[in-house]
Amino acid sequence: MKVAFLGATRGMGRSLSRLMAARGDELFLLGREPAGLERSARDLEARAGRGSVGVAVCDLEQPAGFAAALDAAEAGLGGLDAVVVTAGVFATQDVLEQDPERARRILEVDFTDTVTFCEHARRRLLARGGGTLVVFSSVAGERARKPVVLYGAAKAGLTRYLEGLDHRFHAQGLRTVCVKPGFVKTSMTDGLPAPPFAGEPDEVARVVLRAIDRGQPVVYAPPIWRWVMLVVRALPRSIMRRAGF
Amino acid sequence: MLCGWGRVPVAGREVRSEDLEELTRRAVLCRGLGRSYGDSSLPPPSHPVVAATPLADRILSFDGATGRLRAEAGLSLRALNRTFLPRGFYAPVTPGTQLITLGGMVAADVHGKNHHRDGCFGAHVTRLRMRVADGRILECSPEEETELFRATVGGMGLTGHILEVECRLARVPSTWIVAESERIHDVDRFIDGLKEAGVRWPYTMGWIDCLSRGSLLGRGILMKGRWAEPDEAPRGLPRPRRRPSVPLVLPGWVINRWTVRAFNAAFFRCHLPRVRRRLVDPESFFYPLDAIGHWNRMYGPRGFTQYQCVLPESAGRGAARRFLELLTRRGGASMLCVIKDCGAEGIGLLSFPKPGISIALDIPIRDDTQDLVDALNELVVTERGRIYLAKDQFTRPAHFRAMEPRLEEWTCIRRKWDPEGRLRSAQSVRLLADRP
Repeated sequence: MKVAFLGATRGMGRSLSRLMAARGDELFLLGREPAGLERSARDLEARAGRGSVGVAVCDLEQPAGFAAALDAAEAGLGGLDAVVVTAGVFATQDVLEQDPERARRILEVDFTDTVTFCEHARRRLLARGGGTLVVFSSVAGERARKPVVLYGAAKAGLTRYLEGLDHRFHAQGLRTVCVKPGFVKTSMTDGLPAPPFAGEPDEVARVVLRAIDRGQPVVYAPPIWRWVMLVVRALPRSIMRRAGF
Repeated sequence: MLCGWGRVPVAGREVRSEDLEELTRRAVLCRGLGRSYGDSSLPPPSHPVVAATPLADRILSFDGATGRLRAEAGLSLRALNRTFLPRGFYAPVTPGTQLITLGGMVAADVHGKNHHRDGCFGAHVTRLRMRVADGRILECSPEEETELFRATVGGMGLTGHILEVECRLARVPSTWIVAESERIHDVDRFIDGLKEAGVRWPYTMGWIDCLSRGSLLGRGILMKGRWAEPDEAPRGLPRPRRRPSVPLVLPGWVINRWTVRAFNAAFFRCHLPRVRRRLVDPESFFYPLDAIGHWNRMYGPRGFTQYQCVLPESAGRGAARRFLELLTRRGGASMLCVIKDCGAEGIGLLSFPKPGISIALDIPIRDDTQDLVDALNELVVTERGRIYLAKDQFTRPAHFRAMEPRLEEWTCIRRKWDPEGRLRSAQSVRLLADRP
């Protein structure tokens, strides 16, 4: 599979890109920071033991650059079968309520910019007759919870958009995979107390790769979070108003 | 709270990031995967934050012709081995666990079953990139900034934060190990057995029943290994095995003299009185303990310490016997007592091994543990041996100074690079009079 990957330099994206490279997928990395991209590319090449991984700068906060970045990816790969987006920004509700500018940025990056990128991506995949769009949303988008109101709202919008893409373009060959990670121990969540069922990036990557191969439209990672969120979604409003989570 | 592998906690927390340069900017100590047993990777009381490296784990380059690898310091030995074994390369030196980082391997200057032949990990390190105490980032090697290199290898992270490690991997003929094991009946025969085995076998070590007394003192199993030649090995790669895990901290009474005695006797008897030879996968051979997740929980809520010392050849053959006799007299009960013959001293100024016999054992922490360690250290000082910092939790500063004639030279170099003594750990506060 020829894969354009936005977010492979860190966290779950790093783990997933490694699994993909190791099993022979051809990768092209997109990201903000050139030095980090090069390092990650060399790492993937070393772990795969073959092939070369191209890179291009692409900043989620600069939508004007999306077209050029995806051009570079398509040219570098000589095609395009899949686009993976794991990049995003996170902050807890407490932090965002003190920092309106950062709050605006979270909403912009995690919803508007990500959706805009996905629009570019899905157009190119459809132009080629189809392909897979894998985007990391979050269980935070399933039900509003006090610690992640703003972040969750952005992710809720993203999840709904991906569902819309699936409904609208499935017949034309577009496969969307909406990944909903639960709490995963990465640098993004560093410092936060880990709840029960907290996942590890490598474990998440394995679950996600299986879902990509099966063309599963929604995947929870670790899988137990499907059941956790089932319960959370069923809780009455009176409990959500009183609970701390 | 943070703790070492022995599960004795201190106040502190880790900060993790993929960007080691940024992470180490103001750090006083780095920590890898936390497999050192004592307080080497724990922060000093006044600065209870450590920079945790495992997220910085990228391979930066690998030369398939020479085996030269360069990687970020947080790369785990397990990832390294699993990536390169299929290509015919393995770590040149590996200790008993692969759940450690390259940076940690350099800082502890780890050794393994092949020390008698291949020395410590530091002997295979060609270059380090590090951030020193004044904030500068520079590189050192056996040829460049040699003093800093020698002080950093085995220097427990106290000379600077290791960002990248360049080393030479060993080429291996297949992906399987030929392992041989046999019963040995007492400690003197063990020492002879290790020396003899070391001539033909690159990997040797022994497990000793340290509770056996009298004529049985030091009975155990001698293990030998080498990489299988291509015509001896099955096709295909060994599969990584699923790991059972100790799910919770067992009560402190589970490991006691009686259960340990029973375990040791059974372990010894299970091995039939003949030489066993078989083909095993490398992970089972090198890392038997990694097979059980969280095995350190077995030792109960008070945790345990591992005592490891090397008794030099100059102390004569009786030194190991004297050590075991002292141990049994003082009631130290350990299921895991490992004996290894060590080769030449390494390049690191505080590197642990030197020619002689290394003995390592677990000591569940009880009220008398400090006394026991004091008594063992007294003997080690008398025999002119030393202890292994990566295991240590209880050694007193005076004993350490007495064991370590190289300490002065190392301290001089350390002070040159860190005049304010900014880089420090809970261990250096305890042992080296660093400011808390």
